[in-house]
Amino acid sequence: MDKKKKRSIIRGIILLVLACAIIYTIYNSATKEKVEALADGDQAPDFELVDLEGNTHRLSDYKGQGVFLNFWGTWCEPCKKEMPAMERQYQQFKDQGVQVLAVNIAQSKFEVQNFVDQYDLTFPVVIDKTKSVMQAYNVGKLPATYLISPDGKVKKIPPGELSEQQIQSFMESIKPE
Amino acid sequence: MEKITCVCGHENPFGTKICGKCGRPLSEDAKAQKILDMRYDGSAIRSKTYNKSIIDKIWNFFSSVKVGVSLIVITLIASSLGTFFPQKFNIQAATEAEKALYYEQNYGTIGKLYYELGFSDIFNSWWYQILVGLLAISIIVASLDRGIPLYKSLKNQRVKRHESFMKKQRIVAQGPVTEGDPSKTLDLISEKMTQLRYKVRRDGNALLAEKNRFARSGPYINHLGLIIFIFGVMLRFVPGFHVDEAMWIREGEVRAIPGMEGYFLENEQFILETYDNDPTRAQIEQGVAAIPKNYQTNVKLYKQAEGALLGDTENMELVKEYSIRVNHPLKYDGYSIYQMDFRQNELKTMTFELTHKESGKSLGSLTIDLTDPDKEYVLGENTKVEILNYYPDFSGMKDGVPQTASQYPNNPAFVFKMTTPDKPKGEISFVSIGAPPVEAGENEYKMTFKNVETRNVSGLTIKKDVTIPILIIGGAIFLLGLAIGSYWNHRRLWVQQLEDGTIMLAAHTNKNWFSIKKDLDIVTDYAHLPKYRDQLEENGESDKEGDDVK
Repeated sequence: MDKKKKRSIIRGIILLVLACAIIYTIYNSATKEKVEALADGDQAPDFELVDLEGNTHRLSDYKGQGVFLNFWGTWCEPCKKEMPAMERQYQQFKDQGVQVLAVNIAQSKFEVQNFVDQYDLTFPVVIDKTKSVMQAYNVGKLPATYLISPDGKVKKIPPGELSEQQIQSFMESIKPE
Repeated sequence: MEKITCVCGHENPFGTKICGKCGRPLSEDAKAQKILDMRYDGSAIRSKTYNKSIIDKIWNFFSSVKVGVSLIVITLIASSLGTFFPQKFNIQAATEAEKALYYEQNYGTIGKLYYELGFSDIFNSWWYQILVGLLAISIIVASLDRGIPLYKSLKNQRVKRHESFMKKQRIVAQGPVTEGDPSKTLDLISEKMTQLRYKVRRDGNALLAEKNRFARSGPYINHLGLIIFIFGVMLRFVPGFHVDEAMWIREGEVRAIPGMEGYFLENEQFILETYDNDPTRAQIEQGVAAIPKNYQTNVKLYKQAEGALLGDTENMELVKEYSIRVNHPLKYDGYSIYQMDFRQNELKTMTFELTHKESGKSLGSLTIDLTDPDKEYVLGENTKVEILNYYPDFSGMKDGVPQTASQYPNNPAFVFKMTTPDKPKGEISFVSIGAPPVEAGENEYKMTFKNVETRNVSGLTIKKDVTIPILIIGGAIFLLGLAIGSYWNHRRLWVQQLEDGTIMLAAHTNKNWFSIKKDLDIVTDYAHLPKYRDQLEENGESDKEGDDVK
């Protein structure tokens, strides 16, 4: 009787371990792409990049404020539409603790400066020269927006181009209390 | 569950077919057999013995050889179906949706089904992984169930076996010795068998000669290797164990290496060398002008400063300089960076000359770095050229505004403002490749294109695979088990001398009966034993090789 119990336990443990290994493998394989990418609620990877005036902007410097993090390029058509809307909303929200940080993907200072001048952008525009921040945030298509709440966590990653209305409601959502 | 007590007094586990001590057949089947089924030496296959609880039932399911073979067949069929259409990672499409569409457009409804059922990415399909997992469970359970009792049975085997066991072996002999003193027979057998590298044990008037028992472990070693191999493959899905990324990097660029956090690569130069032979006939026939000799990227590997944040490229530390060539990757910290692809002659700089249209007089020239243009180029006193706008990949006008299709200088276009002593207010001109300049008004000066400098782009892949040593070990054990099971055979000879001096003999091998018969011929001759018989051949079943696999 005792032996029988022992046998059942050993068999049970072996089967359980093997079943867990299978489940773990499937889970890992299913989430492989997503593990590398950011998800809502993750800590936003901290970074520091230099803007056109030579000032260093560090994401963690904006702790306590909501950060509207936008990746863009001058060649990107939707970015051109999005930028003026972002600028207008930035004017509304900058005194309410929402910061806009626009990250250009490895373009020349000349092109970025030209773009900023053309659209009269007043929020900080930094250049990710080595694309390291872009890789860490797993940016695929441009524009890409990451909403970061005042506690430094990713609140939401809305896909694609955003309308002015969306930008407004998203900025509202990351406003510090 | 009850034990089976043999006539000899030995207690055998339930399900035993042949008594572990004396060798008497115990099960009805075994009693009815003319020649005993010696698989697993007649020990009880564990799963066949208990079948009560749910755990036992699951266990028994996986222990079944039928289930194991079925799983292998299903896996094989599924794998072969995965080769019908191209796998997803080979399809040139950017997004998942485009890939899904690819199958439907190219292969119709079947293609759509193929994609939706996960055949298009079979190794990452959950059901395929379950299938392989079940197969692994089957291998482990079946091996434990058979291997452990077999090991115990062989370890505890007795020298003296019952007559009914001996008589039911395939090879038997009985009778008086053909010449000489019968009292010396066992000594002679012992001597010869030892010479033939058998291990000889004696117990009174009984003798057991045994050789290569380890051969029986072959299949189990083989299974162990397979399990280690599957485990290694499983680890690839664990983050950090397996990296396979790609990057394009232009000469002169410094880029973060995808999948290798905190490291940066600088491309110093891409080199393509060709053989400078005269074209051979085959070359001419195939239209190949030159044969490549070497694809090489000279790189510098940098590491981010300790504690530096993402994006901080100050104080990077140079860790390695290397010339990456095909099959000679840059290796560092478990990562390998391979030369995979290249693009040549991407525009790097453009040189223009500021000239007076009528006289053709030059006021100086300027070279624009297409990836980092300056705002203005001063050519002399009161003479300068400003770039008002730059379109690296000019793709036409939209609502009167020039457009750029990408950030790469594939087709650069500029809006220049030329300030000269004659025209201090400046003249504006839109210059693009292959088209006359578009001017605001009638300009006196123009930008004359002089020449370009180009650069190359290297396509590199970044790989890291911690699991390869595990796969090698697993594969090696697999082959070792295969060799042990295939090239060595477990041979046993049982002899008993009865009270009247006659000899009773039986022999068994798990495979290669021909060789054990050769051994028997030698010992029969040496110890003057009665002639042995092959009971299987007598029954006219000689065509059937009676090898047991396990």
